[in-house]
Amino acid sequence: MNPTFPLIIIGVAVLFINGIKFLSSPKTARKGNLVAAAGMLIAFIFLLKTDGSSVWSHGWSINYTLIVIATIIGLVIGAVGAYSVKMTAMPQMVAMFNGLGGGAAALVASLEFIRGSHSDAGITAFIAGSMLFATLIGSLSFSGSAIAYLKLEGKFEKPMTFPGQNILNGLILLVILGLCVFLTANASSANATAAFILMFSLALFFGVAMVMPIGGADMPVVISLLNSFTGLAVAADGFAINNLAMVVAGTLVGSSGTLLTLLMCKAMNRPVTNVLFGAFGSGGGAAAAAGGVAGTVKPIQADEVALLLAYAQRVVIVPGYGMAVAQAQHSVRELSDELGKRGVEVQFAIHPVAGRMPGHMNVLLAEANVPYDQLIEMEAINPSMDRVDVCLVIGANDVVNPAAREDKSSPIYGMPIIDADHCKTVIVMKRSMAAGFAGIENLLFYKDNTRMLFGDAKASLNALVAAVKAS
Amino acid sequence: MDTNILFIFILAVYVGFEVISKVPSMLHTPLMSGTNAIHGIILFGGILVLADATTLLAQVLGFVAVVFGSANVFGGFMVTDRMLQMFKKKK
Repeated sequence: MNPTFPLIIIGVAVLFINGIKFLSSPKTARKGNLVAAAGMLIAFIFLLKTDGSSVWSHGWSINYTLIVIATIIGLVIGAVGAYSVKMTAMPQMVAMFNGLGGGAAALVASLEFIRGSHSDAGITAFIAGSMLFATLIGSLSFSGSAIAYLKLEGKFEKPMTFPGQNILNGLILLVILGLCVFLTANASSANATAAFILMFSLALFFGVAMVMPIGGADMPVVISLLNSFTGLAVAADGFAINNLAMVVAGTLVGSSGTLLTLLMCKAMNRPVTNVLFGAFGSGGGAAAAAGGVAGTVKPIQADEVALLLAYAQRVVIVPGYGMAVAQAQHSVRELSDELGKRGVEVQFAIHPVAGRMPGHMNVLLAEANVPYDQLIEMEAINPSMDRVDVCLVIGANDVVNPAAREDKSSPIYGMPIIDADHCKTVIVMKRSMAAGFAGIENLLFYKDNTRMLFGDAKASLNALVAAVKAS
Repeated sequence: MDTNILFIFILAVYVGFEVISKVPSMLHTPLMSGTNAIHGIILFGGILVLADATTLLAQVLGFVAVVFGSANVFGGFMVTDRMLQMFKKKK
């Protein structure tokens, strides 16, 4: 092996670490992404085979032609996806790319396993174990991400549960693990290929079975978890192909992704086990919460809201997924600018899990050129909410539901919320009285200081902008 | 070599935890998307197995793996960049 190659891989690792580090601050985030991409490019140029020779130093063959064609196809898929996706559909895109990565990791592991188990030298238990792990985790991530993608697209977003589901899933997992143990010990036996194919299929099925019972609102957590899974699968692949860059990159993603998943769950005040397996026990709680709502809903017209806003001192806007669906982020910015011109202090209150992904609202508002220092996180804004004149809730629902504080039987009880009900007046913009993503009745709508502005968020906002300009 | 690679693995686990311990929730989506692009390094795994493929099955599966990995790495970095270019301070 060329002695400078390990040094180059250290450089690649440093670039990845710094890339992730830069990604965690708004000022350096874009640079961080480019730094990580540079690391990727260097790792590509200095790609080594298991025997330590450069993969590019061998003669050209049909396989290299296939590599070029396949890479270009992937590049086109990736570029078209990345540049054509609407900002609102960003979570689905990340889920899709993650699923493809997981699928690739599973395929690479399968090929290495089959090659190793058929070779004369056989395969060590360590390599066999890593390959089985990568196949299991990678294929689970592939099928799980596909379901997450479909759920975010609005297909069967409700949790799908049936009695005994937990037990059935547990049994499937046991069979998978049993097959893995068998294969680790008997990688070269006659039944190995059949057992391997069975294990692969069950893992794919398990990914579906694992994500199906989880509600669409929890998909961000699921995608983050599957993202870290794919990272670990890639690291395990790196063990077998003896590629340090893959081990480092995959492990970094695996551990930082795990931490990110936990941070997201913490923001929702739910243990990760509750997110992943919670749907099984929550049916009764949701029904009870829906029954006991007191009070009436009070509608309001746009020109009245415009007057309230125009003569307020401080206005807080709480955006939610409804804003994303209505593509209303530009109209929101217009309204906020118009109010700003009149000397109204406008802030955006961002719930950590508003929308379909943490930070989803930040991305959307950034797209509409809302400066990010106007976006205030939940913990920072809650203490001063009782000094806010008007709180404008745009397509947010569960993240402002006081049931999280008041109703012990509610499935979201204990989740931190934005205290919209503490403001002097709350205006809720909503298409209809349908329940939110979590399927829970919102107590906020029935509060005395709440008024409902029904209609499409974008149309309502444009009406508000016009009315504020006129007043 | 096995122990060395495990050693690196353990260190990387800790680095991964430490490096994102303080990240504002506004950057959770880009961070998830950025790390998603980094595991696109699986493309190289695909290239390595396809380069050595000797059977038709290995060529087909390796080809699919390279397409998937390539979409993951290119799409991942591009979509992250597209998200992040929108984060601006007040002009």
